[in-house]
Amino acid sequence: MKAAPFAYCRPDTVDEAVDVLAGGDAKVLAGGQSLVPVLAMRLGRPGTLVDITRLPGLDSLVIEDGQLHVGAAVRQRTVERSDVARAVPLIGRAMPFVGHRELRSRGTVCGSLAHADPAAELPAVAACLGASVTVRGARGERVVPAREFVTGAMTTAVGADELVTGVRFPVARAGEGFGFAEIARRHGDYALAGVAVRVRGDEAVLAAFGVSDRPVVRELTLDPDPTEAGLRPATDALAAEVVDTDGDAHGSRGYRARLLGVLAAREIVRAHREAQA
Amino acid sequence: MTWTPARDEDAALVTGGGRFVDDLDPLPGTLVAAVVRSPHPHARVRGVDLAAARAHPGVAAVIGPDEVRAAVRPFPLSTTTPMPYLPSGVDAVRYVGEPVAVVVARDRYVAEDACELVEVDYEPLDVVVDTRAALRDGAPLVHPEAGTNVATDRTFSFGDVAGAFARAAHVVRGEYTFPRYSSVPMECYGVVAHWTDGADGPSVECWANFHGPFTMVPVAAGALGVPISRFRLHVPADIGGSFGIKSGIYPYVVLMALASKHAGRPVRWTEDRVEHLLASSSGAGRVMSFAAAVSGDGAVEALDVDLVDDVGAYLRPPEPSTLYRCFGNITGAYDVPAVAIRARAVVTHRAPTGLNRGFGGQQLYFGLERLMDAVAARTGLDVAEVRRRNLVRAFPHRTPTGGLYDSGDYAAALDLLLAKGGYDELRARQEAARAEGAFYGVGLALVVDPSGTNIGYVGLATPASERKPGRDKSGSTEIVRASVDLQGVVTVLLGSVPQGQGHATVARRVAATRLGLPVEQVRVVVDMDTASTPWTVTSGSYSSRFAPLVTSAVIAAVDRLAETVRAGASVLLGVAPDGLELADGSVRDPASGASCLFRHAAGVVHWDPGALPAGAPARLATEGEFVPPEAVAATAEDRINSSLCYGFVAEMVGVRIDADTLEVTLDRVATVHDAGTVLDPVLLEGQVLGALVHGLGGAAYEEFRYSPAGQPTSATFLDYLCPTSAETAFPLVSDHVSSPSPLTPLGAKGCGEGSSMSFPVAYANAVADALHPAGIPIDHLPLHGSVIHDLLM
Repeated sequence: MKAAPFAYCRPDTVDEAVDVLAGGDAKVLAGGQSLVPVLAMRLGRPGTLVDITRLPGLDSLVIEDGQLHVGAAVRQRTVERSDVARAVPLIGRAMPFVGHRELRSRGTVCGSLAHADPAAELPAVAACLGASVTVRGARGERVVPAREFVTGAMTTAVGADELVTGVRFPVARAGEGFGFAEIARRHGDYALAGVAVRVRGDEAVLAAFGVSDRPVVRELTLDPDPTEAGLRPATDALAAEVVDTDGDAHGSRGYRARLLGVLAAREIVRAHREAQA
Repeated sequence: MTWTPARDEDAALVTGGGRFVDDLDPLPGTLVAAVVRSPHPHARVRGVDLAAARAHPGVAAVIGPDEVRAAVRPFPLSTTTPMPYLPSGVDAVRYVGEPVAVVVARDRYVAEDACELVEVDYEPLDVVVDTRAALRDGAPLVHPEAGTNVATDRTFSFGDVAGAFARAAHVVRGEYTFPRYSSVPMECYGVVAHWTDGADGPSVECWANFHGPFTMVPVAAGALGVPISRFRLHVPADIGGSFGIKSGIYPYVVLMALASKHAGRPVRWTEDRVEHLLASSSGAGRVMSFAAAVSGDGAVEALDVDLVDDVGAYLRPPEPSTLYRCFGNITGAYDVPAVAIRARAVVTHRAPTGLNRGFGGQQLYFGLERLMDAVAARTGLDVAEVRRRNLVRAFPHRTPTGGLYDSGDYAAALDLLLAKGGYDELRARQEAARAEGAFYGVGLALVVDPSGTNIGYVGLATPASERKPGRDKSGSTEIVRASVDLQGVVTVLLGSVPQGQGHATVARRVAATRLGLPVEQVRVVVDMDTASTPWTVTSGSYSSRFAPLVTSAVIAAVDRLAETVRAGASVLLGVAPDGLELADGSVRDPASGASCLFRHAAGVVHWDPGALPAGAPARLATEGEFVPPEAVAATAEDRINSSLCYGFVAEMVGVRIDADTLEVTLDRVATVHDAGTVLDPVLLEGQVLGALVHGLGGAAYEEFRYSPAGQPTSATFLDYLCPTSAETAFPLVSDHVSSPSPLTPLGAKGCGEGSSMSFPVAYANAVADALHPAGIPIDHLPLHGSVIHDLLM
């Protein structure tokens, strides 16, 4: 379990990083929590690793224009502990479920997005909130809506010669409420099923994860005083439609659909209550 | 805040001061090995091309099938079925992860680079993964020369089984399966091996985190064709856990010794986690059926038991011992006069199995204790009451299979469990939950916990008529060396190869207490060297041997040392040595009250042995042995007392199952243990907790699964889930009764495995009880939300 030989490069500027990526056969190294095991097991063998963790400008964690901007080098644990990030409450709800604290102290928010595990929490949060991902390549910068960012299991809209430089989450507005829940075999495992919810007025947006090859976003219109029992027919139907996986020994397809139906109803009610408060 | 370590070992371990095999660098110029492994569950090896790997810069040697075939003899097996087992695949590979070649290089990176250059021409063959499928006619054969996948098939009958079933008011049956899982030690396998050729032939010196059974030493030496006297094994003082799993390391010792021979240098191999989960060892999976002949009042009059173990691709010694380790206690906690047994081990295209904490017990009791719940259901009795009616009451108790339960008070332990665990309270919770349509269940398990294996059970795999006269096996002898130095400090040298249990702490206290010394005046050495540490064929750390056997040998050794010290004191005190008492670091004449220091008495023996009375013992270093009584070979009728001591565990689990998510929550775990005399309550509690969590792993999380095509599907920690600290925060009630063993000097029995045997079935019984209203059968593990959902659908 030792990596095959590779070159390591730590560029001084984003442009330089993009140049290296444009050369081909290169992979971005940020927190390394998913990439390094892949290298060690020789499941991937890029010729060059481009370490972006010290690039100037990628460490920003600020609110600009009603958006929380998280640079590509910002660790999950930094976000979890920052006062600034509380402007996006859903991130705080989701973060305790992202691996374990030790992993979050190394892993980055953008790295989680770029890795695009179907059961990961942060891509679902980004999709639920309608976040946007900033991507830089040789042809310049572009912004990809989070809901279009993940294109399949472990695949994204980022080109091999491009670099995610940051993500912007809309900050919470008055009258919004949020919910987040997942069920995993053990605390810290990837979710068997999970849901991120935002409620505004009678409109609920939910992003389901762990149940398909990417986060699945659906919208529901709520009755004035929604209850779990009242919502279950709708969320169970939604779950039956959304769950698109054969399942595995940890969670069969049917079990994941059961969980999604339950969690969606619970979290919509919670978010609605919060929105009303 | 200050911290007082509970054990002598702890301070070093928690400050990075432990010395594990990978910390040792015993020989200069040691090279590093990596192993090429089969990606196929079954394939003919048509050819292997090692040229490119050998030519790779930094590579010293590459060995493959030709080298192994030429130099290694198949390991001696405990049956005659032709299923030859070598440390690597030669003509064929039979499980994913089976070694095929070894690359020796200057470092592990280079070695793994060169592994990719080894070209193996595989011809994939048909695969059999499922235990029942392996039994069927026409199944793909793992070893075609055997003509069958059944490695051993024996039937036994004791007492009037047929009569009991004919008379029975009820015949209760159950079929169960038990999964493969491990203990997942933190440290993986590690070996340093050095082959040298001398004028009188080859020698092998190796370092490994091997912990026995030392029956594997002649097995490994025999495979290499090296006399045992020239096969020298060192085991470091620290092993990072094993729980039996590391007994499976010996084929790698052989493989690395051969690699060293070809490299001309010492070779180190450190197993990584992927290798460990793929191909080290696990407990055997089992398919079993049980039947009980039950009287009208719930008494079990006879059992009929059919056990089929999946031992993987080879019958790797000490398999098929999973079938026989609990032979003497196969009737468990119950007074059952008759039992019929069929015991089979089948080979499949899975990794070989072996020891795993509880060895054979968790498999056996899963069947027996699920069956007792079925007996309760059939007779309409409460699950506690039906067990109580069947308990063994009088000790010593001879079981129909030959076991001799040395001591116990099972009824008292059960009563204590029900009282302290709050059985009635949990039943009330269940009633309340059911009234709300929720799931709540209570599960019990009573298990007899054997310790101090009698190697004689190995003979049972061979029919009595084929067992050779004069070649019987029995016993479990332990030897300990003790010495006293010029300053009166006593050193106790153990060959017990601990893996974290705290043997040094307990042995030190036992020796100090016996010699009347402060613990500071006793030192315990646990590094093992087969050239200098006393050992026997049954040495090792397995079958909870330490408390019953090793401490008994410690006492024998220090008692002899005490004789020497008394002789020295007799010179200083001017009295006869007999009757002198050792206490408070002194030797005292009870008649006069005169005394001298222990160290002065020892000093006389060191400095002035000429002054000793004629014939007085002057052994400054001596050995003591413990040869367990009642551990004799299997009888011609195949009865065997398979262990020296038999402890007891009564366990209760309360579970709540969320009606929506079907998540199972441990509402309460209660456990009562009887390990005879308690040597150290803190260490005992640690063993109880550790075994419980190990059992929880098998009950709810862990399983080595394979796809129907034979590919492992739980070969990383992403899929092989062990309980973590977050899963262990369940409410626990733990207590003890103590029935000292009459067979050990201290009355101590083993205590390292009990709840590993009881928890899996107690949990299953609780889940089954919770789901009783839904009417679904629970006959396997692990049990978690997804499994329950699929059963309910």
